[in-house]
Amino acid sequence: MQSWFPENVSTYGGDVDGIFWFIFYIVTVWFFITEGLILYFVFRYRRKPGVKAVYAAGDTWAQLAWVLVPMAIVVVLDLFIDVRSADVWAKVKLQRPNTDFVVHGIGKQFNWEFVYSGVDGKFGTDDDIKTDNELHVPVGKPIQVILMSKDVIHSFFLPHFRLKQDAMPGRNIPVWFEATKTGQFEIPCAELCGFGHSGMKGLLVVHTPEEYQKWYREKTTGSGA
Amino acid sequence: MNEIATDAHAHSDNRSFVSRYVFSTDHKVIAKQYLSLSLFWALLGAGSAYLIRWQIAHPDTEAFGWGYIDPSVYNQLVTMHGTIMVFFVAMPLLLAAFGNFLIPLMVGARDMAFPRLNMLSVWIFALASIVLFASFFMPGGAAAAGWTGYPPLSAKNEYTGGGYGMDLWLLALALEFASFLLGGINFLTTAINMRAPGMTLMRLPVLVWMQLIAAVVFMLSVGPTIAGAILLLLDRNLGTTFYAPDGGGDPLLWQHLFWFFGHPEVYVILLPGLGITLEIIAVFARKPIFAYRPIIYASIIAGFLSFIVWAHHQYLSGMDPRLAMPFSVTTIIISVPFALVIFSIIATLWRSSMVFTTPMLFAVGTLGVFIFGGLTGIFNGSAAVDIYIHDTYFVVAHFHYTLISNVFFAGFGAIYFWFPKMFGRMMNETLGKIHFWLTFAFFNLIFGPMHLVGLGGMMRRIANPTQYDFLKPVEPLNIFITLMAILLILAQIVFVINFFWSLFAGKVAAANPWQANTLEWTTSSPPPHENFAETPVVYRGAYEYSLPGQSEDWLPQNLDLGDNAKAAAH
Repeated sequence: MQSWFPENVSTYGGDVDGIFWFIFYIVTVWFFITEGLILYFVFRYRRKPGVKAVYAAGDTWAQLAWVLVPMAIVVVLDLFIDVRSADVWAKVKLQRPNTDFVVHGIGKQFNWEFVYSGVDGKFGTDDDIKTDNELHVPVGKPIQVILMSKDVIHSFFLPHFRLKQDAMPGRNIPVWFEATKTGQFEIPCAELCGFGHSGMKGLLVVHTPEEYQKWYREKTTGSGA
Repeated sequence: MNEIATDAHAHSDNRSFVSRYVFSTDHKVIAKQYLSLSLFWALLGAGSAYLIRWQIAHPDTEAFGWGYIDPSVYNQLVTMHGTIMVFFVAMPLLLAAFGNFLIPLMVGARDMAFPRLNMLSVWIFALASIVLFASFFMPGGAAAAGWTGYPPLSAKNEYTGGGYGMDLWLLALALEFASFLLGGINFLTTAINMRAPGMTLMRLPVLVWMQLIAAVVFMLSVGPTIAGAILLLLDRNLGTTFYAPDGGGDPLLWQHLFWFFGHPEVYVILLPGLGITLEIIAVFARKPIFAYRPIIYASIIAGFLSFIVWAHHQYLSGMDPRLAMPFSVTTIIISVPFALVIFSIIATLWRSSMVFTTPMLFAVGTLGVFIFGGLTGIFNGSAAVDIYIHDTYFVVAHFHYTLISNVFFAGFGAIYFWFPKMFGRMMNETLGKIHFWLTFAFFNLIFGPMHLVGLGGMMRRIANPTQYDFLKPVEPLNIFITLMAILLILAQIVFVINFFWSLFAGKVAAANPWQANTLEWTTSSPPPHENFAETPVVYRGAYEYSLPGQSEDWLPQNLDLGDNAKAAAH
């Protein structure tokens, strides 16, 4: 069943998937109960000659209990789901990881631009590293990306990390993730942004720490972005 | 000019063709006008679905019968498919056609409270249809920013969410909203003020209640969206910057204004569909609706709750992430009243005596399909899971299960069920059953697997999934789904043949072919212009089926049993 999702390479990806599966098992039980009853009733209570329907209108508490008790169970399970969800939401969206690794991710029609602060550690200076569509990061380190947009709403989607966040012009929206594996992962845009929306995708390259240092040095001392 | 039609002649009708069928104030004719328009738009909606599915499964090839679909045309198709299906199929079919036809009949009235206003409603809707249709032919094509029309994409032509097509889209929607606001006035006034003697609110058929709740929810929610649409028109045409950050505006504003209406809107569509399902099930299960009053109260509560869930469409929008939790709570709570309604419908089937006519198949089908859609809603409502599934095909699969169950299954169920009353003839049962089984099978084969496409990460509104390595695993699913979609569309030919053939050559219908209790069945099929020869008097609720002590298993609302009436009154 794990193959329904792309491979998870993020520290919190398992938590997101965990809520999915938690909900999945609950709703699957309800599915079989409700659809099973319908299927059973549809066969069991077909019209038979001489057999009348029972005039049960649900207007007594005894009869209504059959509906109210399952409803109460639904309420309890619903709240349970919300509480578990809240923890994961907070982890991904509310928590700010303690990290100095910050990149700007700028969406535009129709690609991503990534900006690193360069050696001076400040954005908007001459030594900023700019890449077109490629986000290079080391594995095992929390990465913060500040999302922006030059034109319309785009959405930064890392399927293998279970991360998504809209990039809105006029706002700087932080997201964070930490890779558990090296590799290359696509960064599709997940918000309709014009006729180039399909095919708008960046590339996340997760390096070993040494490889990342090598890439970074090339970018800061070499011919630049 | 048409007042002559209303009073004088119960027995002779010397109106011209034009005033009888074109400029008619008769709610039954108006209902058929809405029905015709919705079926016309359903054809275009299906056509756009075909082209979208073709492009997804066989990107950049020539669609059979059409040709190459370029990316900007694709965006127009996706936009118009959603707009057409929600505003020009679902609303006119479930609310306008069946609400118009049935409300006066079911409450025992001669017509709507304001027949000329009613005629104005349908003509405004016809105008909206012309405007929307024209938008396809504008330079730059139709609107292409999604049915949700988010700025800045929709606000500036250079981003090409569309040119004049986008302005016409906004205009068409504004007209459609106006039409339904006027219609809502009629629905509410008629049901509240024009009920026949004895027809108390708690004896009303549940469908009438559902239409009323839907009308109120629509009326209270649509205002902000109309305002938002005007702001967008101003941004587009007068250089204002309500949605433009470099002018001090905010794109997020549109989202709130849109979804504040957009979410209640789906319940506006859902409730009449549930009402239709309940009416049909009661008749063919020969049982009262279980928990009639709780269903009504639950629906009212759901209507109210629908106003405080909207930002679950915006968890990832950039709004303050702390808002996700309160909206998650309200969203998950709204499943509770609907759970009550669903459990009650299931309880209605318990110890019933079911006959599976075509309408009954569609009604039970609606129930089965809707349950699946409602359950996948739980995933979407959880903000944490939504981080992954937002804007993927999981959402698309979810809303097609909940929407199609209502618009198609309940809509078809309603057409098969009330066709005799509307047109005086029966539809063909065999063709109806074939239509049901083909529709049910292909529908599930399309949207069931689509959940997996979404879980695989496929984003919405992309024209070519093969451009992404991570979507390779879902390619076979997409090809399969497209094939099933083509077959689903072809299966509707059975319905089209049945519908038109039956109009002219169907078996002539009796007044009450289904032995149903509600007032529309007490008059002829079709009813005379003034509906009832005499105003009916109501003695009981609408669902006295299989009442113990009665020789028949049904008991019309207006049947006077003398002293026995008070024992049966419900």
